[in-house]
Amino acid sequence: MPMPATEIERMIKAKFPDARIELKDLAGDNDHWAAHVVSAAFKGKSRVQQHQMVYDALGGRMGDVLHALQLTTAAAAD
Amino acid sequence: MAQDTASDPVHQKIADTIATNDVVLFMKGTKQFPQCGFSATAAKILEHLGVPFKDVNVLDDQGVRDGIKAFSNWPTIPQLYIKGEFVGGCDIMREMYAAGELHDLICQKGIPHAHHHA
Repeated sequence: MPMPATEIERMIKAKFPDARIELKDLAGDNDHWAAHVVSAAFKGKSRVQQHQMVYDALGGRMGDVLHALQLTTAAAAD
Repeated sequence: MAQDTASDPVHQKIADTIATNDVVLFMKGTKQFPQCGFSATAAKILEHLGVPFKDVNVLDDQGVRDGIKAFSNWPTIPQLYIKGEFVGGCDIMREMYAAGELHDLICQKGIPHAHHHA
């Protein structure tokens, strides 16, 4: 069953309080999201590590409950 | 019962596959017949780069399908490995391909591919 935007945002913010999150519902079904996440926590991390950090924040729902998340990340400029 | 990963046959199978092939794409379906949009995109990117790769159809082996996610701590399929290193899933491959980083990585790792440098 899909995940609403508020839920995705809440979980990411719980792990990265400073995160700026832009969410786009690609298919209008709460199940195909595009998300851009910016956080200082990503600084110095590789793209893979940044994405893994977001997936960890989503607590294993990625690929399970949350079917498709088109994810891009960036380290916050200080 | 928790198996330590060293003796886990699936873990070993995955480790052997990525050790013996320069470029490995764990995907749903095969490069000729991808079964999922993300996997198809990933395979197409490698074909555009003209780099030969080993495709592993995770739909053929539920053990690998689950084991690969634990192996790389990455929740989804497809997954790309170059010289034994996890590179990323479809999103990262798309981003790297668009930025030319995937081509550079392949060159840097000395992997033969259809070179068409101007």
